[in-house]
Amino acid sequence: MDGLPILSLMMLAPLAGALACLFTGANTARWIALGATLVTLALGIALWSNYQIGGAQWQFTERADLFAGFAWALGIDGIALMLIMLSVFLMPICILASWSSVQKRVGEYMAAFLFMEVLMIGTFAAQDLFLFYVFFEAGLIPMYLIIGVWGGDNRIYASYKFFLYTLFGSVLMLIAMFWMVAEAGTSDIPTLMQYSFPPAAQTWLWLAFFASFAVKVPMWPFHTWLPDAHVQAPTAGSVILAGVLLKLGGYGFIRFSLPMFPEASAELAWLVYTLSMIAVVYTSLVALVQADMKKLIAYSSVAHMAIVTVGLFAFNVQGLEGAMIVMLSHGLVSAALFLCVGVIYDRLHTREIARYGGLAINMPNYALFFLLFTMASIGLPGTSGFVGEFLSLAGIYQTSSLVALICTTGIITGAAYMLYLYRRVAFGGHTNADAAAMPDISPREWAMMAPIAAAVLWMGVYPESFLAPVRADIAVLDARLAAAAPASDSALMAGAPRAEAANAMPHGENAEHSSGQSANGETKSAKEGAH
Amino acid sequence: MHPILIIVFAPLLAALIAGLGNRMIGNVAAKSVTTGALFLSAGLSWPIFLGFLGGSESPEVVQVLKWVESGTLTFDWALRVDTLTAIMLVVINTVAAFVHLYSWGYMEEDPDQPRFFAYLSLFTFAMLMLVTADNLVQMFFGWEGVGLASYLLIGFWFKKPSAGAAAIKAFVVNRVGDLGFMLGIFGTYLVFQTTSIPEILAAAPAMSGSTITFVGMRLYTMDILCILLFIGAMGKSAQLGLHTWLPDAMEGPTPVSALIHAATMVTAGVFMLCRLSPMFETAPTALTIVTIVGAATCFFAATIGTTQWDIKRVIAYSTCSQLGYMFFAAGVGAYGAAMFHLFTHAFFKALLFLGAGSVNHAMHHEQDMRYYGGLRKAIPFTFYAMLAGTLAITGLGVYHLGVGFAGFWSKDAILEVAFARGNGAGQFAFWAGAFAALLTSFYSWRLMFLTFWGKPRWIESEHIQHAVHKTPAQAGEDTTGGYHPHESPVSMLIPLGLLAIGAVAAGQVFAPKFLDSAAFWAGSIFYNEQLIHAMHAVPYWVKYTAFIAMIVGFAGAYLAYIARPDIPARFVATFGALHNFVYRKWYFDELYDAIFVKPAFWLGRQFWKLGDIGTIDRFGPNGIAWVVERSSVAAKSLQSGYLYSYALIMLLGLVAAVTYVLL
Repeated sequence: MDGLPILSLMMLAPLAGALACLFTGANTARWIALGATLVTLALGIALWSNYQIGGAQWQFTERADLFAGFAWALGIDGIALMLIMLSVFLMPICILASWSSVQKRVGEYMAAFLFMEVLMIGTFAAQDLFLFYVFFEAGLIPMYLIIGVWGGDNRIYASYKFFLYTLFGSVLMLIAMFWMVAEAGTSDIPTLMQYSFPPAAQTWLWLAFFASFAVKVPMWPFHTWLPDAHVQAPTAGSVILAGVLLKLGGYGFIRFSLPMFPEASAELAWLVYTLSMIAVVYTSLVALVQADMKKLIAYSSVAHMAIVTVGLFAFNVQGLEGAMIVMLSHGLVSAALFLCVGVIYDRLHTREIARYGGLAINMPNYALFFLLFTMASIGLPGTSGFVGEFLSLAGIYQTSSLVALICTTGIITGAAYMLYLYRRVAFGGHTNADAAAMPDISPREWAMMAPIAAAVLWMGVYPESFLAPVRADIAVLDARLAAAAPASDSALMAGAPRAEAANAMPHGENAEHSSGQSANGETKSAKEGAH
Repeated sequence: MHPILIIVFAPLLAALIAGLGNRMIGNVAAKSVTTGALFLSAGLSWPIFLGFLGGSESPEVVQVLKWVESGTLTFDWALRVDTLTAIMLVVINTVAAFVHLYSWGYMEEDPDQPRFFAYLSLFTFAMLMLVTADNLVQMFFGWEGVGLASYLLIGFWFKKPSAGAAAIKAFVVNRVGDLGFMLGIFGTYLVFQTTSIPEILAAAPAMSGSTITFVGMRLYTMDILCILLFIGAMGKSAQLGLHTWLPDAMEGPTPVSALIHAATMVTAGVFMLCRLSPMFETAPTALTIVTIVGAATCFFAATIGTTQWDIKRVIAYSTCSQLGYMFFAAGVGAYGAAMFHLFTHAFFKALLFLGAGSVNHAMHHEQDMRYYGGLRKAIPFTFYAMLAGTLAITGLGVYHLGVGFAGFWSKDAILEVAFARGNGAGQFAFWAGAFAALLTSFYSWRLMFLTFWGKPRWIESEHIQHAVHKTPAQAGEDTTGGYHPHESPVSMLIPLGLLAIGAVAAGQVFAPKFLDSAAFWAGSIFYNEQLIHAMHAVPYWVKYTAFIAMIVGFAGAYLAYIARPDIPARFVATFGALHNFVYRKWYFDELYDAIFVKPAFWLGRQFWKLGDIGTIDRFGPNGIAWVVERSSVAAKSLQSGYLYSYALIMLLGLVAAVTYVLL
């Protein structure tokens, strides 16, 4: 594959599809969109299989200098690879999800999605700071359009809120970028990731980037655009919003904030912890009282993304890798949950939980998928949700047991709101005749759900496939952060074994046995706190 | 291929075939595949267990697949087989196989049989993954897997609102325990840099004097780790405080109660303590807590058992109480005795539950013992099976004769060892346990007398009224209402008969190995030789305490339910408040509802209405909009609401800015 500009091709395919969609009828547009996204997915698989694990940090690099130092520079590391794979994997599913539910201006709709795919791939692949910025911000335009044109009744308010929040962050980030380029003399991202900015400046730069990324994640209290945007967006819009756009914030932290401003990251980690802890407790409880399915899942997203942010700012390998897996897992699971909502919304045209009930009777296959994704969302081991959550929390525990304790309460409240939702939708008897008459999922809906289900289980049972590509990049980042990493609050201190044995009684022969057992462990001396 | 791979994965495969095949393959195929797989697993488990019993097997670990590698935090899918696992293998697979067989009869008329059998087999798989775990994370996988299966089976009759509620309660209360378990794993990894159980156990003694800060508190490392892990065990094993889900779990079909909520899943906490016993031995404070919580649960649950009318709830509280015995046995350092009680309890408690299921089956799904009576003659096989179970749980046996039912061997050993421990917690556990033995005997015989003795009171039951189409008035003198209970089908009686053999003999046969043989345990648990010697040396009055308690309990039940049936009503009339307190289960549900459930919903609404809408939106986006609208007429045109214009302005601004800086 040497020399083949595969990243550009992956952007070209949906771009061509998008242009074609604009000028064709509804049905042709659907097929063109599906074809274009499948071609991109195929290119993505080729990308993944040709990615050299343990090879160069940046692979598939392309560079064309444009005007005034502005460069078309693309290239990926393992982190970008995984997020690109997530995007191209979800895209055909989005097209399928919109197949019959979107009837208005189909060509433009499909074009918007394909444009978005171009911009998302560009965001993750960009190696030039301004190129990144253009993709990062422009990627939101199709999203505004999808919500604002094909959204629900209150779409204008929702898209306006979305816009306001985003604008606020973007302006500050752009200013910071200009300053950085002036200081470092380059807009090359890999170079900037190695550059040491003066600590005093780092704080301001960090805050400027934070303003943008915290909105995207979203972190509490910058989250209120998300429930409205989800509720108003069409199903596929929610899928991409939850699946990929929320990951831009996490990607921003891992690509910019942490490697470029390590000192500031450590210094301001308390801010991230505080907001994340509030988010886990607060939004989980808010999710519990929602009567609208999409709002409930939107609030749950805020709580889950808080696990990403604490993992990222745990300053160790487990936290960073856990955050990566939570991002991928949440991308799949919340996307799938929104699809689950979409499936029944298409039938009954309401998102009100109380209008459903007893769906396990008339839609057993649907109930099974919904159950799987519910369990993945609450982090049942064996699903992707567990691996990420576990690593992330194990990571933060090493830095702060308090933050770990508060964030781990999410496993209780998460189970409460998701199972409460599941009970009201799938369990119980039939209360509404129209809900009881809904048919089980169609082959098209099978084709949307089954691949995500398979990926969720794969990531849960054998996450190595997803951890291996990012391992080297995380190790590089971890090494860069090592100097700045805050000390563990656990402060483990060795001490002489306590005089009183557990049970104040001599253990006799058995004591010898157990000491024999521990002989090989004695080399493992007490490890001092700093892990 | 190592047989353990078949033992563990055959139930999973069967569950997938039955669950995904469902109506396509039909009832008989789904039932045959799952039941066959379980009998295969059980058949392969016994030789392994007997091998460890005879000393011909040695511990080994079978690697299956890499799971996670993240820095130094690595863990694999691997199956560990040692003495402790082998015991659990026979308990789980034997009871599961019997319960599968029993369900052929019990679930005969259910329209959803493949789903039921798939869940049962899925449960068995998860439980097997739990007991074969070689690292804490796989144990947690099994832990959560059995939780999922329990959730699905409690909610099996999901159309009933009470079943859905009980299923959620079971899952969420267990998650409170899981919070402790997870933090325990994190802490263990932090301290030992591994999650491998053998490595942790080997390194634990060296850490016994170390201290660590947990959420601002400076504590002994091993104490806090063990306490966190024990919180997990409390959830799964329904110990005091986290027990509220277990009685409600009786919403599930009775075979489920026998398998999951009596014999296997709820004992996972005890298993965990025994598996990690060398670690707990380095944590004196944690062990004291284990002892006290176990003893308190043992007493507390037994009191409630004496007042309940629902036959399954009586047995559920009995389970909770018996688990308390196992915990305080572990707490005083007698892990062998704890495992032995787990082993014997699995047989007699599964027997009692399946017996209760057989009674329900005969009584047209009536579960209220007030409407039973005189069933001895109608369903003799069930009667004798339950009699064996009752004699086993009450612990009939005579020390000087050296004979006794299963419970005699294991429960008496626990009481003796608690006494022999000689510390305060041990004394507390001994007396709480002795009193609980009295109560155990009382409620068990109360159950038997109400069900099998006396005059039939069947016509009072609505279920029976439906069956015979009569009201009590129409039935007149004939309190049977003309209803004819009939004995259950053979598929249900075979498991009862086989489990009865276990309830009678399991103690007698296995006591020497479980209690007295360090060689049998082969290092799979912490075995305290001195303590066992002390146990055998306790005074005779201690050895006869349980026996006396059992006799007193029996006599009390006989007096109150056979000789003078007016006593219970007079007792309730005299001690109304006390009775109500116990009958209402010490008001735990009401308390938790008031301090956790209601406030959670209230807070959620406050955060949403006052926080998100009232504050963040009001002063955030809406506030900005308001300011912009008021301050500038020009801005009004921007507030047009057309996204195109926003997008366009933003893009133009961006291009302008970039151009300005770069040029």
